[in-house]
Amino acid sequence: MEIIVVLVVIGAIALFFIATYNRLVTLRQRVKEAWADIDVQLKRRHDLIPNLVETVKGYATHESTVFQKVTEARAAAVAAGASATPEQRAQAENMLTSALRSVFAVAENYPQLQAVQEFKDLSENLTATEDKIAFARRFYNGNVRDYNTSLQTFPTNAFAGMLGFKPEQYFELADATERAVPQVKF
Amino acid sequence: MTADSSPARLSIYEAASANRWRTLLLIAVFTALVAVLAYFVGEYFAPGGGLAALPFAFAISGGSALVSYFAGDKLILAQSQARELGPDEERKLRDVVESLALGLGIPTPKIYVIEDSAPNAFATGRDPQHASMAVTRGLLDKLDRTELEGVIAHELSHVGNRDIRVMVLVVVLVGTVALLADWMWRSMFWGRGRDRDRGGGGAIIAVIAIALAVLTPIIATLIQLAVSRQREYLADASGALLTRYPPGLASALRKIAADKEPLEVANKATAALYIANPLKDAPAFFDHLFDTHPPIEERIKRLEAMN
Repeated sequence: MEIIVVLVVIGAIALFFIATYNRLVTLRQRVKEAWADIDVQLKRRHDLIPNLVETVKGYATHESTVFQKVTEARAAAVAAGASATPEQRAQAENMLTSALRSVFAVAENYPQLQAVQEFKDLSENLTATEDKIAFARRFYNGNVRDYNTSLQTFPTNAFAGMLGFKPEQYFELADATERAVPQVKF
Repeated sequence: MTADSSPARLSIYEAASANRWRTLLLIAVFTALVAVLAYFVGEYFAPGGGLAALPFAFAISGGSALVSYFAGDKLILAQSQARELGPDEERKLRDVVESLALGLGIPTPKIYVIEDSAPNAFATGRDPQHASMAVTRGLLDKLDRTELEGVIAHELSHVGNRDIRVMVLVVVLVGTVALLADWMWRSMFWGRGRDRDRGGGGAIIAVIAIALAVLTPIIATLIQLAVSRQREYLADASGALLTRYPPGLASALRKIAADKEPLEVANKATAALYIANPLKDAPAFFDHLFDTHPPIEERIKRLEAMN
């Protein structure tokens, strides 16, 4: 009789561990997939910048420091893309964003440039890409939150570390203007 | 829905698994409905023939479930005269769809346009990997960017929540039941003379068969309505969460409601798919029983309460 009870208890504990492990794997996989979405958009942004610099250069010949800065920032962001953690990448991307901003500030001073179709297309494209980065980031952070929460709540927190699950980093862009999460009621 | 549904509880993964059960339940109820209908038709025409009719019933319900699963979206898009956009057409619309799809973590659906000036939109498909969404020309012309984002986010929520599969199934299955009942009703009406010599038991069966022929399409329609109203509220809420801007969708709904032009290509079966009822001529009698959509004022009120 006791043996059966012991076996049942052991079985229940084993089932609980298996279920928890599988849930954590699923959640971590979602984080990775969401990260891939961000990665695609960041690369797209990196690809657009050289063209933008070339186009603006053609009109604004005396602004070489601005161009140098944005080219360097882009190189750093591309390098960070190869290996860095989300936190380091976010830093590199933030540098790139502020460098880009100064390019557009320079472009403001050249009215002929504003009329060039290629420049218009590029800036529209960049704006759309920024938008996509923002949305992809939101989805990624949501998944990180779900994963980290289940990692850090009892009783999972007692053994998740032993199984090799580590909390994931959020991808935070410094000056992203976040609209507040609306309250949903039913 | 309980009062404590926080944004985190509305994850698309949970809505998706609820919809998987709903799909199974729907097919089961539908099959049962067709089977009962077929049994009584069989008994009516030949006493004892009810069981013989069952294989036909299962073939019909299985067949239409398969058709709607694999081709329902194409049927619906073709019937709505929707045209797929090329990769460089309507760049702004495409950007909005792509951004919001990223925010929801689903692939960008195929985008269709319906050349009609009544503003409306719907999404369809069997899963996010095989999803399509259609917007009317009127929607593109009449809405500003935040309103368009609200509508697209609502439609993409249907995709992410796997509502689209349930909706396609409902449209095709309910269509089939209506067709069958209609056909039965006619054949009974014209077949009266044949069963003069039938006894009292036959009369009871006949009464039941007639009652079923009348009731079945009504029951099927009610199922359709019950699933669809709940879903609209949920898609409004998850769409608003996605854009972080409930007033966008609220203002879009107001504009769509104010537009009195009916959408020519919509019909009773496909009406439930659209973001707002495209048939502006709601019958006065069954008015609220047969509304596929919750009243638009109620939806706007809930959206405005979200801030």
